[in-house]
Amino acid sequence: MTTQSPQSPAIPTDRLALIKPIALVVLLAVALAVPSAAPVLFPGTAIMAIAVFTVLYAACASAWNIFSGYTGYIALGHAVFFGSGAYALAIMCKGWHVHSDYGPLLLLPLCGVIAAIIAIPVGIISLRTRGHTFVVITIATFFIFQLLAYNLRFITQGSAGLELPIPSWSGAAFDPPFYYTGLLILLLAVGASWWVRRSKYGLGLLAIKDDEDRARGLGVRTGPSKLLAFTLSAFFVGMLGGLWAYYIESVFPNSGFDALFDVAIALMVFLGGLGTLAGPILGALILIPAQQYVASDRTLTSWYLILYGALFLVVILLLPEGILPTVRKRLIQWRGRRPATGAAPGATPGAFPGGPPRSGPPGRVAPVSSDGGER
Amino acid sequence: MSYLEVHTVSKAFGGIQALNACSLGIERGRITGLIGPNGSGKTTLFNVITGYERPDDGQVWFNGAAITNSAPDAVFGLGIGRTFQMSRIFSRLTVLENMHVPVPRRGGLGILRSWTSAREQRQALELLDFVGLIPLKDVPAENLSYGQKKLLEFACVLVAEPQVILLDEPAGGVNPTMINYLAGHIRQLNRRGITFLVVEHNMEFVMGLCDTVFVMHRGTTIAGGTPAEVRNNPAVLEAYLGD
Repeated sequence: MTTQSPQSPAIPTDRLALIKPIALVVLLAVALAVPSAAPVLFPGTAIMAIAVFTVLYAACASAWNIFSGYTGYIALGHAVFFGSGAYALAIMCKGWHVHSDYGPLLLLPLCGVIAAIIAIPVGIISLRTRGHTFVVITIATFFIFQLLAYNLRFITQGSAGLELPIPSWSGAAFDPPFYYTGLLILLLAVGASWWVRRSKYGLGLLAIKDDEDRARGLGVRTGPSKLLAFTLSAFFVGMLGGLWAYYIESVFPNSGFDALFDVAIALMVFLGGLGTLAGPILGALILIPAQQYVASDRTLTSWYLILYGALFLVVILLLPEGILPTVRKRLIQWRGRRPATGAAPGATPGAFPGGPPRSGPPGRVAPVSSDGGER
Repeated sequence: MSYLEVHTVSKAFGGIQALNACSLGIERGRITGLIGPNGSGKTTLFNVITGYERPDDGQVWFNGAAITNSAPDAVFGLGIGRTFQMSRIFSRLTVLENMHVPVPRRGGLGILRSWTSAREQRQALELLDFVGLIPLKDVPAENLSYGQKKLLEFACVLVAEPQVILLDEPAGGVNPTMINYLAGHIRQLNRRGITFLVVEHNMEFVMGLCDTVFVMHRGTTIAGGTPAEVRNNPAVLEAYLGD
């Protein structure tokens, strides 16, 4: 092979490459410091409860994004797995007489496994459809599970709901264990999302988003690929459902299987950036504190629904791609407009900041000798 | 039996008989052309061979094994790649990412690893160089021109090193310089042992490139032979001119 060697495969030699790990370390340090710093900075508020819900929903959004963000299949029935995880923990704690404070937290992986097992048949059935039909089928499965929770009284006690053990932590010591557990699951979900994004498997999911039939024709096993992503995201959401139930100490059919759960998750991901790694977290960081703030004010309760509606409109009208992709695009445009300086070599030769390159016939772009492509 | 054999395949869509007991055989290492008027069933035949459509009747054999009802990913895994009439690429992925989508035949659990491994990256860049798309490797594929999309789709199929490639109108809507460029590539790959089946309306292209040409009309093959034989076949003239 006589052609040019691949010097820097796909990774732009950019200052961003250096900034990213530093930013990650800083963010992680801030996240770890929240339980000790927040009560000092905002004394006498429910700041820690907001923090717990924020990491919990950020993790849910990241997990949802592994399936819906990468494959483009918008699932609006993930409350099935959230509620299943919640009920699974309540039932296990009751059945096995779990009383220790950390016991229920140790059962969370099992909640995830149960949700994942439920996700397999649900996925096999719903993934036979595509596009809008898929969305409708997932909503339908959500209602089926909510009805089951109401009616299978011997398991769920119907609308009376189930109670979970109350931990002995009190006062300021109550929230941190939930916060750190949520943060851990968030890190695992983001780690899984990152791994999927850079694997050949994840590239197959992105190909499914663009043209599923073509991906299939190029050897991508689309059925198992979609089902694995669906199950993986259900696993994390199931764990988080368990954590949520333990935190609020009870679960009811309409709180575990909450119709607004998926609306909120989808809104967070669309707001931050569908299919991006950090978008779901950013969306949750904006939406959950706002929602909690509005809902905590007694005169404004359930006004957060109007907040959701307004935000949906903003996203659709102003940020159809979400915050992160829009910012990234602006950044590239801004760099392209900047006059060439010493930093110019940093720009990759393949990047066309201004607009789409429709230059010349490909034959002229790189003359290929008769033995050019020898393998 | 031929290397790739289509045996009395029929396929109907509603009341329309797209394929009607269609048979043809493709020999290993050849470039075979498939021509015929619009609606004669050429693309449907491609879809049946590559698993996108299930035939109502008949069989498809590849390398001595029946592949009649295999799924598209399985057919691709056996070594049959194809392109589409309206080129189908992954528009939101970059050109280079497009090249990493095809799953190699000896894939296994390798798909769980990163796609930016050095070996795969080198192979993808070699193939992009082969079709002259290296300068555009980091561009979203939707920004390519029509001809560039065709080249990308073609290069994409080559990643998995297929033994047979089916091309659906590779020269359609492409300028003459590019057509020659493409024909050169097909010949070059053919010399390395890849078998081709090419659907094309551009007669000059087909007659100049192919060793064997089949003619389809109303869902079945009505003639087959060398380009010269086919050109002088009265049934072929009848199909194209009369009706």
